Amino acid sequence: MNVLACVKRVPNTGAKIVLTDDNQRIDASNLGFTMSPHEECAIEEAIQQVEAHGGSAHVLTLGPEEATEQLRTGLAMQADEATLLETDGSEWEPRATADAIANAVRGLADDGTEFDLLLLGNESADAANYQVGVRVARELGLPCVMGIKSLDVEDDTAIARREISGGEEVYEVDLPAVITVKEGINEPRYASMRAKMQARKKAIERLEPSGAAGPGTLEKIRLEAPETDDSAADVLGDGPDSVPEIIEVLESEVEVL
Amino acid sequence: MILAFVEHESGLPDELSLEALSLARELATAEGVDLGAAVFGDEGAALADELGPYGVEEIHHVTHDELGGYAPEAWGESLAQLADEIESGTVVVPGSDRGHEVAAHAGATLDAPMATNCVAVEVDDAGVYELERHRWGGSLLEHARLEGDRKLVSAAEHEFPVQSADEEAVPTATEFTPSLEADHLRVRVDRVESGDEEGIPLGEARVVVGGGRGVGGPEDYDQLEELADLLGGTVGASRAAINEGWRPHDDQVGQTGAKISPDIYLACGISGAVQHMVGCKGAETILAINTDPEAAIIQKADWAVVGDLHEVVPELNDAIREQT
Ligand SMILES: Cc1cc2nc3c(=O)[nH]c(=O)nc-3n(C[C@H](O)[C@H](O)[C@H](O)COP(=O)(O)OP(=O)(O)OC[C@H]3O[C@@H](n4cnc5c(N)ncnc54)[C@H](O)[C@@H]3O)c2cc1C
Repeated sequence: MNVLACVKRVPNTGAKIVLTDDNQRIDASNLGFTMSPHEECAIEEAIQQVEAHGGSAHVLTLGPEEATEQLRTGLAMQADEATLLETDGSEWEPRATADAIANAVRGLADDGTEFDLLLLGNESADAANYQVGVRVARELGLPCVMGIKSLDVEDDTAIARREISGGEEVYEVDLPAVITVKEGINEPRYASMRAKMQARKKAIERLEPSGAAGPGTLEKIRLEAPETDDSAADVLGDGPDSVPEIIEVLESEVEVL
Repeated sequence: MILAFVEHESGLPDELSLEALSLARELATAEGVDLGAAVFGDEGAALADELGPYGVEEIHHVTHDELGGYAPEAWGESLAQLADEIESGTVVVPGSDRGHEVAAHAGATLDAPMATNCVAVEVDDAGVYELERHRWGGSLLEHARLEGDRKLVSAAEHEFPVQSADEEAVPTATEFTPSLEADHLRVRVDRVESGDEEGIPLGEARVVVGGGRGVGGPEDYDQLEELADLLGGTVGASRAAINEGWRPHDDQVGQTGAKISPDIYLACGISGAVQHMVGCKGAETILAINTDPEAAIIQKADWAVVGDLHEVVPELNDAIREQT
């Protein structure tokens, strides 16, 4: 079984987000980058499915040259192959992204790699457009289920479970299929130092993305860090001595005691 | 016409859909067009009485022999066909899992752009939407333009208060039968399995005791469990604690976990990263216990105790037990 996991490079934001002067992006100079958590789980799931059923796990990203860092993370996690759809780093509309991914999947099929399962994050950490997976599926004529927290493959069927309040919806879908996953579906493995070293030596295929959006546009103008109320907490005290003050808050202010 | 996708439980519209109707009505007013609602399921027809107060003028009840349960692609396809039939330029959906999934399919069918998690939308003279939407789970805002003859927008959760219309409408109800092919029905809910729920779900708890990396290990959550029990609440955790394997993922509070809105959130050994804070910003009150007076959570909390949670929490538990 061949499984493709699609990931996105995003800034590794911490407690405070600082924007670049032109308000176009997050200033990541002190933060570094990561991949969105849902997508890290997509890679882990791809690898686990291949471990269970044989075949190969492939990671793909649309992004700048630097996004090879996230692909190498995938390779270090034991993905077999990696493809970079190399951009100049500008942000792509979700429809153009989906089109580029679908085109790349078709191209890889022409070269002999057909995927049985395409895994994507349910939504990316930064833009959260909630549509790339569905649009890829629709373009490729494949079935798609979103927001999956448990996945089993039996023969040619994917059994996917989605959490709803009070239980789970179960979907049974014929492969090939597109599934978008949520964090919690698995625990992504930490790559060992040795695996990381080996991943550095693996080849990454670079392709020029071809993707276009249909009529109409969604265009980012600028970002804004909303005002937050950082008026510092009332410090009740130090250590256990402050227990009476905590009780006071629980009793009179919040009335939960 | 502005067409809103309305989810319902046995004929009663759900909260997020009513929020989305507030946005849809704003847009309909700004554009000087009617407000319609698309409803699915046998009990959908019963919504006429429920939606009039929100200014819905037309209810489109989508029916089809094959459309019994939830089927994402078929629902999205139907919504798109309906939008075509009634010549609706904009489809508004709630910022829920289903809202986003159905809209993504409708957007694919209509080949139209879609802006998710909008918090404000202005319409200019040319019909272009100047909008603000959430990024990073709501810790950033994006200003964007959404342009096109067909557009889809989702309303970010809990950003548009549910409000009835100035003028109540008496909606007309029409049935709409989409033309569906077998492929549209490849994905549908096969069955629903009920969970083995224990304790109070995070989203509903009045008191949440959160534990982060500062808790230090799985066994030390016992203290937090005890505190939660004493206060009639439940335990949550940061992603760091879950990555350590100390708690199950269901406990995660934050951007990729649960969004909570308790009366009080006791954040123990949690630094206050933005992705955590977007999960607990709905808390009425935040009380942080942290060894580091410089921790971001101390800026963001209402009350703070600077100290080691392993010393503070057991004493707090003793003191509460003595009182009650
Ligand atoms: C895209 C993305 C999505 C994310 N989604 C989420 C999410 O949904 N939820 C989430 O929580 N995180 C999320 N994160 C991770 C987030 O950025 C932080 O890494 C995480 O919240 C840190 O958890 P923490 O505060 O427990 O750990 P740390 O940052 O390690 O902080 C531990 C804190 O404990 C204090 N401490 C240590 N010992 C003690 C003690 N004995 N007593 C009292 N205090 C003590 C320290 O002073 C420190 O402030 C996400 C990250 C990314 C990039």
